[in-house]
Amino acid sequence: MERSSKRKKQSEYLVVARRLSKNPVAVISFVVTVFLILIAIFAPLIAPFPYDKQDLMHTRAAPSAQHLFGTDELGRDVFSRVIWGSRYSLSIGILAVLFGTVVGMFLGAFAGYFGGVTDDIIMRFIDIIQSIPGILLAITISVVLGPGFFNTILALSIGGIAMGVRLTRAAILNIRNQEYLEAATSINASTSRIITRHVLPNSFSPILVSSTMSIGNVIMAAAMLSFIGLGIQPPTPEWGSMIAGGRSLIRSAPWMVTFPGIFIMLTVLALNLFGDGLRDALDPKLKK
Amino acid sequence: MIPVIMGVTIMIFTIMYLIPGDPAKMMLGPDSTPEQVAAKRQELGLNDSYFVRLGNYVGGIVLHFDFGNSWVYHTPVTTELLHRFPRTLTIALICILLQIFIGTPLGIIAAVNHNGLGDRISQFIAIFGVSLPNFWVAIMLVLFFSLELRWLPPYGIGGIKYYILPCIALAFPGIATQARQTRSSMLEVIRSDYITTARAKGMSENRVILRHALPNALLPVVTIIGNGVGVLLAGAVVIESIFSIPGVGSYLVGGINTRDYAVVQSSVIFLAIAFALVMLIVDLVYALIDPRIKARFVGKKKRKNYA
Repeated sequence: MERSSKRKKQSEYLVVARRLSKNPVAVISFVVTVFLILIAIFAPLIAPFPYDKQDLMHTRAAPSAQHLFGTDELGRDVFSRVIWGSRYSLSIGILAVLFGTVVGMFLGAFAGYFGGVTDDIIMRFIDIIQSIPGILLAITISVVLGPGFFNTILALSIGGIAMGVRLTRAAILNIRNQEYLEAATSINASTSRIITRHVLPNSFSPILVSSTMSIGNVIMAAAMLSFIGLGIQPPTPEWGSMIAGGRSLIRSAPWMVTFPGIFIMLTVLALNLFGDGLRDALDPKLKK
Repeated sequence: MIPVIMGVTIMIFTIMYLIPGDPAKMMLGPDSTPEQVAAKRQELGLNDSYFVRLGNYVGGIVLHFDFGNSWVYHTPVTTELLHRFPRTLTIALICILLQIFIGTPLGIIAAVNHNGLGDRISQFIAIFGVSLPNFWVAIMLVLFFSLELRWLPPYGIGGIKYYILPCIALAFPGIATQARQTRSSMLEVIRSDYITTARAKGMSENRVILRHALPNALLPVVTIIGNGVGVLLAGAVVIESIFSIPGVGSYLVGGINTRDYAVVQSSVIFLAIAFALVMLIVDLVYALIDPRIKARFVGKKKRKNYA
């Protein structure tokens, strides 16, 4: 029993993967995303200089063969800093979305599965969270928690929780009265088993799509937080704080602002295009 | 409406209440004497319990629309917010107009040329638009149009030309979202029977699209305009501080930099209230333009007259 259900699940993912591979835009964006993740993982090997190595003889040097993206006001190599920065941006994006989605899924599953008062309490709470524009909530939490890597992740994941709750709850209300849940209940499966083994897997695909799309948004929000002085602090080479640092020198050294921005844009674009392709692949009905 | 505002206020107040450290000490600096700190705490009302402070604050906002005083400048926050809000609102409104008048046609073009070249191009513009970090676009626009070409002022306020760059920088995601929503809702509508009927009557394609498809397709799009305002109000925070526009957003950022948490807290709540009001207006507009909802509020007698 266990085995056959596993094989069926795997083949389902294969079908999705096959559909994805027929969509050239999705394939390209997937390759770009993987490439960026590899850059982040192998940053120490790729970056020609340490991100904090100063060279006061060559400050604000224009892009050249030695310094591909030029140098900043302390002579640090912008290319190396951008490469290192991908670590922070990508990991903040992925971890914040992961955390928000997982917490949101469980809260949403409880709300949708139990209904009644549990549902009311959780949903009123979500209503309040969602009536504050996401960035403002992230700013507020970030002000309270103070700067730092994990604090930033926490601040940015709250919006994801709200989204996860709503999507999971909607999906569960959709499937709550289906026969296979009745069957699971009738063979005396525990509530937690029903939720984790039957309810969540069957409500997963809309959440997967919107999570992929929101990684891009979170990366942008993280960059914005560090840009206004919250989030990741200099001298850590986070893309947003690099842009903030180069802003006052934009006349003499525009490359300090241009290249981190291009990398934010590339990353977010790749993730959004991939999420788009994923949605089409998971739900072929949508693409008539 | 009031419960939402209350909820938001309580939540933001509670989050801000958790800031570690003594605000009075932070404001006075490390050289302050314990007596000074104690006096300051008394002055700010920090010695009261959580519930007393919460009650005073929420009561002040809901009953008198009073946000208290700035910790740093000791000026009433409400006056400052009301003085600054028109500028933030102007930016948001211009962006909404750009969103409607650029995004909607893009979406229509995409839907009409479904899977064709026009569709591809406008879809790409749409996904590109949501992938641009607006603060970076803003700096790039300043670099190009203000510093290189010297066409537009790089910062400050004055005439309408001071608003051009901030609004362009801020409008991209909205235009993109509008285009995507218009496209998908147009695609749905275009397949309905009454469109086939309209075509069968021999109506020109333009008329079919503009008179029959578009009004129906735009109904769901109205709701995303409300959400769009939320995104714009939040986005204005960083755009205003880049262009030094004295709006609510730059007030908020200023509050963060000077650790004036009374200002931060009040600005966030103020923007959230503005957002809630916009959502309310959008709901009302929706009811007004959707005949199905309007019909529910019209009495039976009147309905007979329509027939």
